[in-house]
Amino acid sequence: MSDLMKVSSNPHVRSKTDTSNIMLTVVIALLPAAGFGIYNFGLDALILILVTVASTVLTEFIFEKICKRKVTIGDYSAVVTGLLLAMNLPVSAPWWIGVVGGVFAILVVKMLFGGLGQNFMNPALGGRCFLLISFTSIMTNFDCDAYAGATPLANLKSGEAVDILDMVIGRTAGTIGETSMIAIVIGACILILMGVIDLRIPGSYIVGFVIFISLFGGHGFDWAYISAHLAGGGLMLGAFFMATDYVTRPITKNGQYLFGILLGILTGIFRIFGPSSEGVSYAIIIGNLLVPLIEKITLPTAFGKGGVRK
Amino acid sequence: MNSAKERLVNGIVKENPTFVLMLGMCPTLAVTTSAVNGLGMGLTTMAVLALSNVFISLLRNIIPDKVRIPAFIVIIASFVTVVELLLQGYIPFLYDSLGLYIPLIVVNCIILGRAEAYAYKNPVLPSLFDGIGMGLGFSVALTCIGAVRELLGAGEIFGIRVMPESFVPVSIFIMAPGAFFVLAILTAIQNKVKINGEKKGKDMSKIQSGCGNDCMNCSDTGCAHGLYGEKAGGTSGGQMKEGEKNG
Repeated sequence: MSDLMKVSSNPHVRSKTDTSNIMLTVVIALLPAAGFGIYNFGLDALILILVTVASTVLTEFIFEKICKRKVTIGDYSAVVTGLLLAMNLPVSAPWWIGVVGGVFAILVVKMLFGGLGQNFMNPALGGRCFLLISFTSIMTNFDCDAYAGATPLANLKSGEAVDILDMVIGRTAGTIGETSMIAIVIGACILILMGVIDLRIPGSYIVGFVIFISLFGGHGFDWAYISAHLAGGGLMLGAFFMATDYVTRPITKNGQYLFGILLGILTGIFRIFGPSSEGVSYAIIIGNLLVPLIEKITLPTAFGKGGVRK
Repeated sequence: MNSAKERLVNGIVKENPTFVLMLGMCPTLAVTTSAVNGLGMGLTTMAVLALSNVFISLLRNIIPDKVRIPAFIVIIASFVTVVELLLQGYIPFLYDSLGLYIPLIVVNCIILGRAEAYAYKNPVLPSLFDGIGMGLGFSVALTCIGAVRELLGAGEIFGIRVMPESFVPVSIFIMAPGAFFVLAILTAIQNKVKINGEKKGKDMSKIQSGCGNDCMNCSDTGCAHGLYGEKAGGTSGGQMKEGEKNG
C-alpha cells in the first residue's frame, strides 16, 4: 500500500533539463558559426577562441576558489560566455585581448554581482563593450589575411555596393562569429528545436529593426538594403544568442516582445544615426539595463484580480 | 596638540571623506583623469576647507542659527573665488585642466559638511586641523584614484612613463566608467584592509590585556579599540548628519 500512495508536494512533473544541459546545447548551437569563423579566418581564430574560453573558465574557477564558494564551471555558462565573447572579436586581435575581455566579463560583470543568474547584463557583451571602449583601434581593425578593408556594414553606411550572397554565406570581413548568416541560423534552429529559446525576442527584434530601417534608413522598403542590414554585422548573432540570454531578458511574455522591439529600434538608431556602423552590442546592453522596468510594466495580472492592477 | 594630531588622522584615515564617508563624489569622479589633476583638486579643496573652517569657527557665535547655511555658503564662495583667481594667476595649467570644477568647489559637500558638523561647534584650532586633515584625506584619495587611472589609461604616473613600451593603454580608465571602477576597487581594498585590521586588533586585545591604552600614540592603526573608541565618541553624531546630507 505504501508503495502505491506516494505523497509529495508540487511540482509533480519534473524536467530533466538543467543549467548545464541548456548551456551545452547553446555551445553546440554556436559551433557551426565558430567552425565557419575558423574556416573563414584560419587558425588564428581557433587560437583566439580557445584562449578566450580558457580565460573565462579559469577566471570563474579561480574566483570561486579564492572566495571559497561552490565551483560552478561545470554548468558550462562560462564556456558560453567565452565562446560568445570570442565570436565578437576580430581575428586580428592579439591573444591578450581575449584574456582581458574574458576576465572582465566573468569577474566584473558576472561574479561581482553574484554569479550566474545575478548578472544584470550579458557578460560576453559587457566584456566586448569594455574592450571596444578601451582598445577601439584593435577592436575595429578587421584587416586579416583573408579580407582587407572595411566590413560590409561600413561599406553599406558609406554608400558602397555590397554582395548580399557573400554576406549570407559569410565570406566577408567582420568578427569571428558574426559573418555567416547561414551558420548562425543553423545554430538558432538547433536552439529552437531543442526548446532552449523561442522566437519571441529574435522575431520581434528583427521585425522591429526592419520596420525602423524602412522608415528611417533613407532607402524606403528596399529589400536589398534591408537584407544587407540583416545579414551584415552582429544582428543575427545578437538576436538569437545574446538577446535571448535567460538571465538578462524579461521573463514576461509581453515584456519579451517589448524587449525585442526596443532592441530593434536601438540597433536601427545606432546603425543609421550613430558614428559607428554597428550597434548591436550597445543596443542589447542598454536593453538589458531596461529589463527590470520592462518587467514592471508588463507584469501579468494574477487570476481573479479582475483586471485591476494594484 | 593631541587633538590636532587626532583630527589629522581622523581626516586622512578613519573618516576619509572619499573612501569612508563617500562625500564629494562629483569632483572625485570627474577630475581624477591623472594624478596631477587629482592632487591639484585635493590641495585646492584643502585650502578652501581649512580657511572656511577657521572663519566659520571664528564666526560661530555671531552667525544666527536660522541663516547659518547661507552664511556658510557666502564664506566658502568667497574663499573659492580667492583660490580660483590665485590658481588662474600662478598655476594656469592646473586652472585650465580643472576648469569648471574649481568654482564648483563651493557646492562640494565635504566643505559644507565639515562646516556644519565640526567648525560650527568647535574652537578655531581644532577646526583648522580638521579642515587640513579632511583636505589631506581628500587629496590622498584623489591622487590615488588619479594615479591608478593614469597608470592604466595612459601608462604614466605624474606624466612619467612607467609602463613598458609594449603596454597598450586601457583608455576606458581615463573615461567616466573607469572612474567608477577605480573608486569602487580602491574602496573595497581599503575596507578589506580595515576589516582585517579589526580582526587582528580583536585577537591582539585578547592576548595583550595590559595594553597601555595610549591610543593616540599607538602605531597599530588597525586596532579595534581605537576605531570603536573613536566611533563611540563625539564624532559619530557629526558623521550621521553628513550621511543624511549626502543622501
